[in-house]
Parts: sequence; structure tokens; C-alpha cells
Amino acid sequence: MNAFWEPLILSVKLASIATLLLFMIGSFWVYVLSMYSFVGKSLLKALVSVPLVLPPTVLGYYLLISFHKEALVGSFFDQLFNVQLAFSFEGLVIASLIFSLPFMVNPMLSAIENLPVSFKESAFTLGKSKINTFLKVMIPNIKPAIVAACVMSFAHTIGEFGVILMIGGNIPGETRVASVAIYNEVEALNYNTADSYSLILLFFSILVLTLVYIFNNKKISSAKVI
Amino acid sequence: MIKLDVQKKLHGSGGDFELDVQWEITEGEIVAVSGNSGAGKTSLIKIIAGLLKPNSGKILVSDEAWYNKENKINLTPQKRDIGFVFQDYVLFPNMTVRENLEYALPKNNDPKYIDDLLKMVHLENLATQKPNILSGGQKQRIALCRAIIQRPKILLLDEPLAALDTKMRKKLQNDIMNMHSLFKPTILIVSHDPAEIVHLASEMIILENGKITCKNKPIEIFREETNSLQITLKGIIIAKDDQFITLFADNRVQRIPVSQTELDYLQKGDEVSITSSEWTLTSSKN
Repeated sequence: MNAFWEPLILSVKLASIATLLLFMIGSFWVYVLSMYSFVGKSLLKALVSVPLVLPPTVLGYYLLISFHKEALVGSFFDQLFNVQLAFSFEGLVIASLIFSLPFMVNPMLSAIENLPVSFKESAFTLGKSKINTFLKVMIPNIKPAIVAACVMSFAHTIGEFGVILMIGGNIPGETRVASVAIYNEVEALNYNTADSYSLILLFFSILVLTLVYIFNNKKISSAKVI
Repeated sequence: MIKLDVQKKLHGSGGDFELDVQWEITEGEIVAVSGNSGAGKTSLIKIIAGLLKPNSGKILVSDEAWYNKENKINLTPQKRDIGFVFQDYVLFPNMTVRENLEYALPKNNDPKYIDDLLKMVHLENLATQKPNILSGGQKQRIALCRAIIQRPKILLLDEPLAALDTKMRKKLQNDIMNMHSLFKPTILIVSHDPAEIVHLASEMIILENGKITCKNKPIEIFREETNSLQITLKGIIIAKDDQFITLFADNRVQRIPVSQTELDYLQKGDEVSITSSEWTLTSSKN
């Protein structure tokens, strides 16, 4: 029983940590992109979305190379935190932050860009700083988008397979998350177990998306009533 | 004294043009900016607020440079002592009426001041409501309170009453006058309404394609525009029959006799103006 649930628990643990960190990193990213004008802004926006179009194996390959002890990122984590990124849970977290970043940043940024410019202008004329305006005016007015962004980032991290397999391999209890476990069970011809994992992930995906739609519809309909 | 000398290239619906304004405003006065849509009125007050950066020129307020291209001075909106009221109110929907005012209230100020302002505009019973349940007039009064709460040196009003009905406009005009007499800010109001301008402002400019074409006391400007009293009524033709057209003008259906040539020329749906130089004066006071 434990061995069955282990990949699912690992997936949820990975997705929870990644979503929490992504919310913080994504908010900072959205703050910079929405409150400042600078050269290279379009490039920064494009970089966020690269994981959406790049084949997961390509992303996984580059991450694997950079996670090596001799590489910049790998040696940084090795020397500073004594953490080996390749084929470790920590490596999966870092990778998740990269491949799920667009799912956090894009909905939040799009919602903020859809707010009237006068919100920002009005706060500025009241003497409020950019960070105060962002935290007190912009963020509270895009709550549905934040919920959607968190849920989508969580769900996408749970479902990612290619990148995880490339950089994490298939180590039980360390990197064998649910999506990799399905692949593993199919390889071993254990179709019943693969079936169970797949069904759980399928229902989880439907549930998550339904909850997002219900939440957003509630927000919209309450706004309409007023 | 507020000294404006600003130039800014603008993109209008009729093509590019340059906003080029030199204007000295006596502090503590209410002045109006009028002109056709796209003449640069909103851009001008956004430049004063620091929300829009001019290409060149200077803005001096009580001898302090808010903007000076030569000396590379450009104070951010946060550092300019201003209040700004937008045409569409821009109350923050995530905050209640009171929270909107609390957000604007400078640190260490007595929150009781919020109650005083709400009482002044007779909206104290709506303090805990979110802005989206308020009417346009109520929203604009709160927006006025929020802009004045920091007691700014300059209050910029961008067509604040344009979306309101006549009755509410009058109330808001009185609120503006009350706030002006209490706090004595310099008020710049963008407006199309001659009655409103005459009622509120001591000086006005008319902008056309970014240039001041007229600068004077409002009453003098409007007197120049009409050297004899003529009353003009605009309306739309809703029907025409033998020797008459039926108009919808001044919220009423009116039947006007016309010549056969006019009858042939005019069509249903046309917008027309009727000018009359005969009039009777009746007081609307109760």
C-alpha cells in the first residue's frame, strides 16, 4: 500500500513546494513586468513562455547539463547548500520552477494588464509607491487569476513527465513521481497499477479544472449581480 | 504661482499634433480647461500630475520645479503635491468606501477626518459599502473626498461631472466649491459644460489641437461667443408631414412649421438646430 501511494505523495509534495515558491517568484516577475518599462521587457516575457513551446526533453537536457556538479548552477547548489541537483528531489523542485513558470506568470500578468491603467495612476497620485500599488491595489483585484495560476501551476507540476524523467530518473521515494510511476508500471507490464495511477491523475485534473471554473464563475456572477 | 510651459507630441484620431501650452495660474484659484475631444486637455493635466512626461519645457509650482527638461528634473506623481479625480471615478473595488479613503489618508493623520469628509458629502452611511453598489454621483463624491484627503496643493479634475445628470452635477459643483473654500487648493477642471465653467472657474483656456486659442474669464469668453442672446435648441427629426417637422429636442416632442424647400431637404433622423432670439425670463426658484 505504501509503495503504491509513495509516487502520488511525492507528486503532491513536489507540486506543493513548487507552487508556493512559484507564487513568490512569479509575483516578483509580474511586479517587474507590470510596473516598470525597460529595454528587453519583451525578451523577458518571451523567456517565461519558452517552456510552453520547447520539447520537454530539450528543456530536461539543458537542465541536466546545468545541474552537473561542474556546471554553474550545479556547483552553486553543491558548494553553497551541499545539494546535488541531478537525480534528486531538490533538482525536481528547481526544474518545476522553470517548466511551470509560464503557468504562474502568464495568467497573473494578463489579468494585471487587463486592469484599467487608471488604477495604477490613481494610486500614484495618492502618493503610493510602485510596490505599495502592486500589493494593495493590483494584486487584490486579480484574485481569480491568482487562484487559477496557482491551481494550473500545481496541476502542471503533477502532470509533467519528460523533464522529470530527464533530470530525476526513476528513483523510488526520491524522484519517482506519479507520472514517472505510470511509465514504470507500463514498462513492467503492471497495467492494473498503471490504470489506478492514471485514473487518479485523470480525476484529479478534472476536479482541479472544475474547481477553477466554479471559483471564477462565482466571482464573475457576484460582480454581475452588483 | 503655477507656471506651465510644456510641449508634448501627441497622437490624436486626426493625426499627430503637438501640445504646446504656456500658462500662468494664480494659486488658490479654480481654472478650467475646455476644448474639443482630442485637443490635449487630459494630456495637459496628466503632464501636470506627472503621469505623462512632456518632451520639453518646465513646470514650476510656487517656484519649485516639478519638471524641467534642461535641469533634468522630473518629479514622480508621488512627489507632486496633487489630487487627481478621473472621469470614471477609479475607486478601488477591493476596498470599501472607508478603506478607499483610509488608503489615501497620509500616515499619522486622524482617521476622524474621514468621517468629517463623509459627512460633508452626506455619505457617512455608505462607509462600509464596496464602491460597485454606489451610484455614479456617490462614486464621484467619494473620489473627490479621496483626492482632497491629502490636502493637495493642486487638485486636477478630469471631466469629473461629465457622466452625471444635471441634478447630481449641481450637487457635485457645490461639493467642489465647499472643498475649495475649506482647503483652498488650486483646482484645474477639464469641462465641456459652459454653465459649470462659469459657475466654478475664475479663468479658463480653450485648447485646440494642443494650443491655447483663448484665455480669459469664462464669462468674457462666452460673452464673446454670443454678442446677443440667442437660444439654440438641438434636436432630431422624428417625423415630417405637410408643412411641419416633428422634432425631439430638450427632452420633448416639438412640432415646427417649415417651408416646402426645407421639407424636401430635411430627412427623418437628421440632427437640426433651432435658433431663437426671442425669449421670456422665468425664475426656476421655488
